[in-house]
Amino acid sequence: MDLTLIQTSLPQLAAGAVLTLELVLLSLAAGIVLAVATAFGRLSRLRPLSLLVGAYVFVFRSTPLLVQIFLIYYGLGQFEAVRASLVWPLLREPYWCAILALTLNTGAYGGEIIRGGILSVPFGQIEAARALGMAPGLMYRRIILPQAFRQVLPAYGNEMIQVVQASSLASTITLMELTGVARAIAARTYQPLEVFLVAGAFYLLLNLVIAQGVRLAERRLARETRR
Amino acid sequence: MSAPVTPAAQPAIVVEDLHKRFGDLEVLKGVSLTAREREVVALIGSSGSGKSTLLRCINLLEVPDSGRVWIEGEELRLTTDRSGRARPADRRQVDRIRRRCGMVFQSFNLWTHRSVLENVIEAPVHVLGQPRDEAVARAERLLAKVGLDQKKDAYPAQLSGGQQQRAAIARMLAMEPQVMLFDEPTSALDPELVGEVLRVMRDLADEGATMLIVTHEMAFAREVSDKVVFLHQGRIEEEGPPEQVFGNPSSERCRQFLAREGRL
Repeated sequence: MDLTLIQTSLPQLAAGAVLTLELVLLSLAAGIVLAVATAFGRLSRLRPLSLLVGAYVFVFRSTPLLVQIFLIYYGLGQFEAVRASLVWPLLREPYWCAILALTLNTGAYGGEIIRGGILSVPFGQIEAARALGMAPGLMYRRIILPQAFRQVLPAYGNEMIQVVQASSLASTITLMELTGVARAIAARTYQPLEVFLVAGAFYLLLNLVIAQGVRLAERRLARETRR
Repeated sequence: MSAPVTPAAQPAIVVEDLHKRFGDLEVLKGVSLTAREREVVALIGSSGSGKSTLLRCINLLEVPDSGRVWIEGEELRLTTDRSGRARPADRRQVDRIRRRCGMVFQSFNLWTHRSVLENVIEAPVHVLGQPRDEAVARAERLLAKVGLDQKKDAYPAQLSGGQQQRAAIARMLAMEPQVMLFDEPTSALDPELVGEVLRVMRDLADEGATMLIVTHEMAFAREVSDKVVFLHQGRIEEEGPPEQVFGNPSSERCRQFLAREGRL
């Protein structure tokens, strides 16, 4: 074990970890918005909308994230219309392509999780809200979503951790996030063990924070509800 | 239908020729019913007779296929959508009517993520826009009235069935409904808890509330109601003051039903 290598590569790996954190946080933030929209779209009584959203979920859950990343990064640029569009300055950047792919991916999985949470709210409670004259928006805000949120927390925590792992694929489109940096150092030094051990430790730390956060939230909500 | 003039006899609920089917099953086959203000009407009948559906058609938790409903003189406006199914013509009217029609469910249906007090103030604050402190003060009075002042900070899961149902009644009362609909309020309760809920309902009746009660509690129906309606297979078979329906029913089916219930 080469401790000096670990020491010297630490700053670079830490910089990679920061980029990983950025990718994860931005994708998760945009992803949860997309997931909520996806859940509502799937539950919509407007048949075309629910079919369309269902197709999106099907496509993004049924193809590898790596393929999605390649299609977005290498594929979109093939279209003149994309290159001429306002979003091209963003889509040209591997950074935004990775975030887009991760967001679309977690939005599909998260949407199904949230849909399940919404459906788990007992129908009687919804009827009680209706019988008191609550309009649908108010009912979702006050009755359904708070309970759905509690219900989905464990599963969504799982999904958040998955996004952290998935973000390592961003290294395939030249992004020097944690895995990208580790691979570069390993290729240069021929000492993959040390480098990937450190990289793994960074991932571990990141996921530990997420898991603890979710556990804390779960416990706080459980104390409130005592179901 | 024009409203009669004497205030005491003003109909709170008028139902006219209500029909409702679920798929192939016709649950209501033309039911007409009137409940005057301050009147307590008990709906009895075996399960599947349509009494719960009738109640749920009044605040449009079920939309009747045809027929007309008036609440305090305001008619529920219904229309049909493109596939020919009945639906409310005006969502806002539905919400308005529901605010005036309280409902108590068989399975209580308290919101499990909110405390008893929060359950009670939820609709007054967020539907009616009452100031929170006023709503809390009123909720505390109502909880005292149903004997739950000690339990206001408890969550529904920490309460017995009887306590949950009393909390649900307080939640309904907080909206100051003009009409109260009770859908088998004691059917999900252990026998020893039925009494505490019936006591609260009896108090409401004594205070002059307009109540429509679907119930299997025959003694309670006989004692508290002004009118008893017996439904059988989606039709009203017998209707009248409790002494008449329980004492000398003219319908053979009503007779059989009451005999089975041990009431004849």
